[in-house]
Amino acid sequence: MAPLLELRGITKQFPGVLANDQIDLTLEPGEIHALLGENGAGKTTLMNILYGLYTPDAGKLLIRGKEAQMTSPDQAIHLGIGMVHQHFMLIPQFTVTENVMLGDETLQRGVFLDRATVAARISEISEQNNLQVNPDAYVKDLSVGAQQRVEILKILYRQSDILILDEPTAVLTPQEAEDLFKVIRALVARQVSVIFISHKLKEVMEIADRITVLRNGRVVGTTRPAETDMAALARMMVGREVILTVDKKPARPGAVVLELEDLMVLDDRKHLTVNGVSFQVHAGEILGVAGVQGNGQTELVEALTGLRAIAGGRTRILGHETTRATPRQILEAGVAHIPEDRQRDGLVLNYPIADNLILNTYYLPPFASGISMHENTIFATAEELVKAFDIRTPSVRTAVSSLSGGNQQKVIVARELSRHIKLLIASQPTRGLDVGSIEYIHQQLVAKRDQGAAVLLVSSELDEIMSLSDRIAVMYRGKMMDIRPSDQVTREELGLLMAGVQPT
Amino acid sequence: MANSVQVEEAGGGGTPAAKPAAAPRASVWQRSLNALAIPVLALFSALVLSAFFILGSDPVVLTAWSKFFANPGGALGISWKTVADAYGALFLGAIGNPGQMARAAELYLTTGQTQALVNAFYPFTESLVASTPYIFAGLAVALGFKCGLFNIGAEGQIYIGALVAGFVGYSFAGLPWIIHMPLTFLAGALGGAVWCAIPGFLKAKTGAHEVINTMMMNYVAFNLADYLLNGPMKRGGPEGFIPISPDIQTSAEFPRFFPSPIRLHLGFIVALAMAILVWWFLYKTTLGFEIRTVGANPRAARYAGISVTRNFVLAMALSGALAAMAGAGEVMGVNHNIAQGFSPGYGFDSIALALLGGSHPLGVVFAALLFGTLRNGATKMQSLATIPIDIISIVQAFVIMFVAAPAIIRWVYRLKAGGGAQAIFTRGWGG
Repeated sequence: MAPLLELRGITKQFPGVLANDQIDLTLEPGEIHALLGENGAGKTTLMNILYGLYTPDAGKLLIRGKEAQMTSPDQAIHLGIGMVHQHFMLIPQFTVTENVMLGDETLQRGVFLDRATVAARISEISEQNNLQVNPDAYVKDLSVGAQQRVEILKILYRQSDILILDEPTAVLTPQEAEDLFKVIRALVARQVSVIFISHKLKEVMEIADRITVLRNGRVVGTTRPAETDMAALARMMVGREVILTVDKKPARPGAVVLELEDLMVLDDRKHLTVNGVSFQVHAGEILGVAGVQGNGQTELVEALTGLRAIAGGRTRILGHETTRATPRQILEAGVAHIPEDRQRDGLVLNYPIADNLILNTYYLPPFASGISMHENTIFATAEELVKAFDIRTPSVRTAVSSLSGGNQQKVIVARELSRHIKLLIASQPTRGLDVGSIEYIHQQLVAKRDQGAAVLLVSSELDEIMSLSDRIAVMYRGKMMDIRPSDQVTREELGLLMAGVQPT
Repeated sequence: MANSVQVEEAGGGGTPAAKPAAAPRASVWQRSLNALAIPVLALFSALVLSAFFILGSDPVVLTAWSKFFANPGGALGISWKTVADAYGALFLGAIGNPGQMARAAELYLTTGQTQALVNAFYPFTESLVASTPYIFAGLAVALGFKCGLFNIGAEGQIYIGALVAGFVGYSFAGLPWIIHMPLTFLAGALGGAVWCAIPGFLKAKTGAHEVINTMMMNYVAFNLADYLLNGPMKRGGPEGFIPISPDIQTSAEFPRFFPSPIRLHLGFIVALAMAILVWWFLYKTTLGFEIRTVGANPRAARYAGISVTRNFVLAMALSGALAAMAGAGEVMGVNHNIAQGFSPGYGFDSIALALLGGSHPLGVVFAALLFGTLRNGATKMQSLATIPIDIISIVQAFVIMFVAAPAIIRWVYRLKAGGGAQAIFTRGWGG
């Protein structure tokens, strides 16, 4: 029997990048096929080809043994392919029913929306697959996990039997991820096939029937969880031996560096987003703030770095009041900041690397005296930092925009860590990076801790928090659920805290 | 990014050749060639397209075309001749007659006679005179762009600069020129700085969009000029009915370099000096670094401890000062008084010009020379070839369209896409 889906020799060239090079892939009915690879390995490009968003330069696409020319998502949907993107394509102000029927509306007498029929069908599908979706709920009121199930329901509603999930667990708590896996297994039992895109080894080992590893646009190999292990997969993914655990000595905490007292912060819509947070970070320790994205971590970090006004409470750095301090005053107090969104906040993309390396010290000697900037010193320092922090670039004059994500982040890390700092605030420091860069940045954070700096690490990657932190705080809806030493808390307990449940 | 594809080493931005092995920097020659390709081809295309408008505006040509089937050669011939005459006149008016220039130079070298030389080079120098206000105003708009601000109030600031400089120029009698001349010029610049800092301040404090406010300030400036030139600043005596100010003192005039009728004045040199100064300021000083960072990524600027609001005000004040210099320069170097409507839209053209020059001071100087040359040549084209002067506005408009949409030029001339970072002009509304 022919496979449900077959890709043969798919090749896609972008200017300067061979994104997909002769990729072969098959999907059997009722199979979970994981596509594993680092960012930039070509996973998303391949799926966009499959979903009709890109046209391949070469290669064939066969669905149920028949060759298909995919030119638009419409056609993909028609052929039974559905995709859940990393960022959901839902309209928050619409109900589940309205979102599901969007683009495929069922009508009454030709003009009126037939919500009742659609809602009934949604309830039916939801029950069959244990999706627990209420058709009349507004999407904006649903949790992230429930929104994801709406996306899946949308696909099932269109009677697709090939489901593409693009990094589906990135936005979920560990428990929600478990629930998602149950749903996926139930779907597969009903002969739906799933392509599961991920860069997380652990979950791929858990869920997949077969695993295809991509690297630099090529298929490195296809294997089964039973025939491999995580270290082997990591090796296939990165192309060399990878150390998966962070090697660090026990912390030797010193004096208090950062102190928060009953901190209140509003978000852009004037909602109270950080609600009475208090904690201290000591020199020589890493305090990890865990939590699902969007629980106030962003606003907390912005408030601490002077980028967002503090609505109540106070902050102190090394005993000095910094509640109303400007970003520059905080910077000059010895605080380094690795921002959450490196391209939006941390870099000027069309500036050369050299200018980005002095982005917040450009006015200080030796880079400037008075208003005159010293280009030679700036470039010489940049050359040194590029070497010291292993930034892969043809030149320090290269615009940062043309670097890979990992190297862009290294530019920020080099800038922030090369200064003499007392406190490092790192927000999602490894988001979207390849394994090699993650490894490197983790080492740098621990090294800074060992030099006696206080480190506040904010991350939604639980593995990162657990392997780096000396103490772990969990943030949920603007409050700190708990702060515990990292050797006195389990992954399950953290998962519950992240979902707002106090484990007993 | 639509595709999450990035190369490990470098060169994701569409440069196929950007392998680490490649030379770290393209040669200066190569880079300037790349930078010039689009504007030069844009100008060429604009001239070609405008030729059709020249043909359409000529009744003789239209008549010939209506008899195309009777005499196709005639229609084509007269079309060719009309366009050739028009652009020939444009060239004569803008640059001069090369033969005449050579003969005058020979005459000067053999007999020392200068009058022929003056006459031969007069058109060329007039182009430089016309370029002078364009350089100032173009720098003004370009500096705003660098900070992410769209100053479309340069025209109003030109009037403010002229009014303040004019007032200082005619009312302060008895000063030595070494004091009076710079004082007049700087007073005009200061007037424009204050004038333009207002919308900058409003943007910084209230978020009011500078496009709206600089535009509105234009109307205030025009009407203020009308009022002053018909009232307090009106010249007395027999000419008292014309809305024109008294002549400025000789001590406030920019000196002219050559015998009459050549009007090339010190303002041109000052404009070039300003271009160098603006370049140094933007690229070699901390203040310029701040302005450019705010313009390129205001969030990153805030992150780096740079005050976005302070730089908005500073950039607008400097932009206003530069634009006002255009007005002051015209008063001090060309007109020696302020007349109602003395600027034929230098401020508005300068927006297009700054775009054409890629918001870079050097680019602005070249674009200003082009605009000044076209405007100067257009007068001759009108008198010699009876082509409406408005054709030049059409040429300018096409140039801007092609520069703003380089994809068209690349497609027509089969150029490879440039890999360099796109210049940031300004962000959208509500930013």
